[in-house]
Amino acid sequence: MYASDSNNSPILRLDRLVKNYGDKVAVNNVSFTMPPDAILGLLGPNGAGKTSIIRMITTITHPDAGTVFFEGEPLSSYHPTQIGYLPEERGLYKKMYVGEQLLYLAQLKGLSKRKATDRAREWLTIFELEDQWDKKVEELSKGMQQQVQFIATVIHEPRLLILDEPFSGLDPVNATRMREEILKLRDKGTGIIFSTHRMEQVEELCEYIVLINQGENVLEGRLSDIRRQFRTNEFLVTVEGEPPSALLEKYAATLLAKNRGEINSWTAKVAMGTGQDSNDMLRDLLATNAKIQTFQEILPSLNDIFIQQVGPENIDDVAVLNPTNYA
Amino acid sequence: MRNLWLVIKREYVTRVRRRAFILATLLTPLGFALFVVIVNAIFSYENDEKQRIAVIDEGDLFNGALADEAGLYFKLTDRPLEELRAENEESGDYSGILVVPPVEDPLKKQFKASYFSPAKLTLDLETAISRKLEKALRKYKITALEIDERQLKALDTEVEIRSSTMAAGAEEQDTSFAGEIGAVIGTAMGFIMYITVFVYGMMVMRSVMEEKTNRIVEVVISSVKPFTLMLGKIIGVGAVGLTQVIAWAILIPGLLFIVALVFGFDPAAAQEVPNAPDVDPDEIQAMTERIISSLATLNWWVIVPAFFIYFLGGYFMYAALFAAVGSAMGDDLGEGQALTIPITIPVILAFYIMIAALRAPNSSLAVWSSMIPLFSPIVMPARLPFDPPWWQVVVSLVIVIVFAIFLVWMSGRIYRIGILNYGKKGTFKDLGKWLFSND
Repeated sequence: MYASDSNNSPILRLDRLVKNYGDKVAVNNVSFTMPPDAILGLLGPNGAGKTSIIRMITTITHPDAGTVFFEGEPLSSYHPTQIGYLPEERGLYKKMYVGEQLLYLAQLKGLSKRKATDRAREWLTIFELEDQWDKKVEELSKGMQQQVQFIATVIHEPRLLILDEPFSGLDPVNATRMREEILKLRDKGTGIIFSTHRMEQVEELCEYIVLINQGENVLEGRLSDIRRQFRTNEFLVTVEGEPPSALLEKYAATLLAKNRGEINSWTAKVAMGTGQDSNDMLRDLLATNAKIQTFQEILPSLNDIFIQQVGPENIDDVAVLNPTNYA
Repeated sequence: MRNLWLVIKREYVTRVRRRAFILATLLTPLGFALFVVIVNAIFSYENDEKQRIAVIDEGDLFNGALADEAGLYFKLTDRPLEELRAENEESGDYSGILVVPPVEDPLKKQFKASYFSPAKLTLDLETAISRKLEKALRKYKITALEIDERQLKALDTEVEIRSSTMAAGAEEQDTSFAGEIGAVIGTAMGFIMYITVFVYGMMVMRSVMEEKTNRIVEVVISSVKPFTLMLGKIIGVGAVGLTQVIAWAILIPGLLFIVALVFGFDPAAAQEVPNAPDVDPDEIQAMTERIISSLATLNWWVIVPAFFIYFLGGYFMYAALFAAVGSAMGDDLGEGQALTIPITIPVILAFYIMIAALRAPNSSLAVWSSMIPLFSPIVMPARLPFDPPWWQVVVSLVIVIVFAIFLVWMSGRIYRIGILNYGKKGTFKDLGKWLFSND
């Protein structure tokens, strides 16, 4: 459907973007490039400058300095038709009919009326909303309204899709369906920027992240690389038998649990000191003839990295600080 | 351009098909017609009561002939009053007895007649009877004093001042009614402007607020430039207003015509004072001719296009201001009302200046106000029938056009920032900041 190799330039490249609002610097020298095959997670605490960056990409506002390149070209008035944007603050005309509303928004993106009608019907069928064509938006449930908003965002088959908190307010069934559609679009070659502060959603969807804090790009890269970069050299070890105290002392391990059952075992967290290697510890353990159940590196969660980078004092979202309560 | 058209179409279609709009457009003329019918019914109610009145004409004032009127039947009789009274008490043939004494002195200004009836004399009946007597007395006195009817008429001289320009050789024109007609046209135009600005300007403001509180605006402006969206709104709502005004302009006279046909009376009569003294039909015709000739002397080639430009200019100016204010409002309509006050004050001021300008169309107040763009769309149309100097019209028009464009541009700058500013309403200081900030 898309000519993905017509242009070797990345779908989107930001080059040293600056945006000031009065005396406040909202975006300070932000650069990043969309990877070709991955969903880009744009992260950051509230007020970090994510929305300011997105608004510049969607040509709603213009940078004070720097350039946004869309497939190698500086942004022009043509490009908005190539972008689909689902803002965090979003809504629909309540008094308009669903079909009519989709046609209006699709035509604003440059589709002909006929094409818009066909696509709107296709998409409504995907979301099982085909009977809602003649309903007024205010008669729809909130979840249905959000699906209609999503359709309006993708109906013109944009090259670049920007989704700001797309799952907020959706029930699990609809959230799953929307996630499937997002992944399908990714596989078709649509560039997708996913902005959220729900880290578990980022870990599910994004292979690449850009972390914005106080208007600056503080961290960027493949999610797996970043997690490796932030490794603390900590390991989780579970071994059958009684804990060998000498060995635990040598590696400064913290004994977490002694498991009593048919087979006794113990679990410890080990932080490797300087000059120590996990292989050394493995060799020492094997030398005792102990049966190792697990020997696993503890990689930091994205949430931990986020908090570490941003600083807990800059996060006002409790869901990020205590993710388990909100999962 | 395509997007502007799409926005205009959406604004127009979604408004025009709303039940509230259709009802207002259709019911207003119906209500108007109904009002006329009711008023007429009230004023014609007197006619259904039939009254028979016995008249004892002691001085033969009526010369033996007394014409009946609608609902009033007169019967001249020679029988003595006491006999009639006694008889009528039983039979109730007459609702009243009128005793007209002979005229003692034709030069005496007062005349007294007596009326006897079981019920009190009503205001209507009193007027009808005294009018009949006045007419008869006048005729009687003309004969008695041997006055020539034509001489008498000649005493009431009608004075008419034909005003013309001072320029030598200029043709004399009949502009005797220009003042009154100017006042009527001016008031009408000023009033249309006033209503348009308030009703449809407010509609633009609500439309802006609706998009902002619905949170659809960010979606829309990722496809459409904010300026295009605002302009489309102003034009779309303006078209809605035009539709409504045109519908009324056709429906109201049409319905009044139907009402006149069905009920068989002249709707215009409802506005006249009931029981107005009879006017000579010749006089009415003469007056009509003078009004028409005065209308013909007005410079319609200037007035109509100029009014059109003032109308558009005025609408665009105020609608743009309302759009800017609407964009600055928060989710709470109530707390934003204060922002509209600075817009409504010039409209109201302009309305009063217009009334003053009608009395003195060339006063410096009138001249200067027709140069100030927020006033001129209301003040200048009222001056147009009085032939203001052409350069004033041209300068005023140019200022209106330039200022309307400027205000639309300025409001666009406030609007583009305001619509993305969620939550709290903006202050005037904010509006000023937005005006000069980059987007």
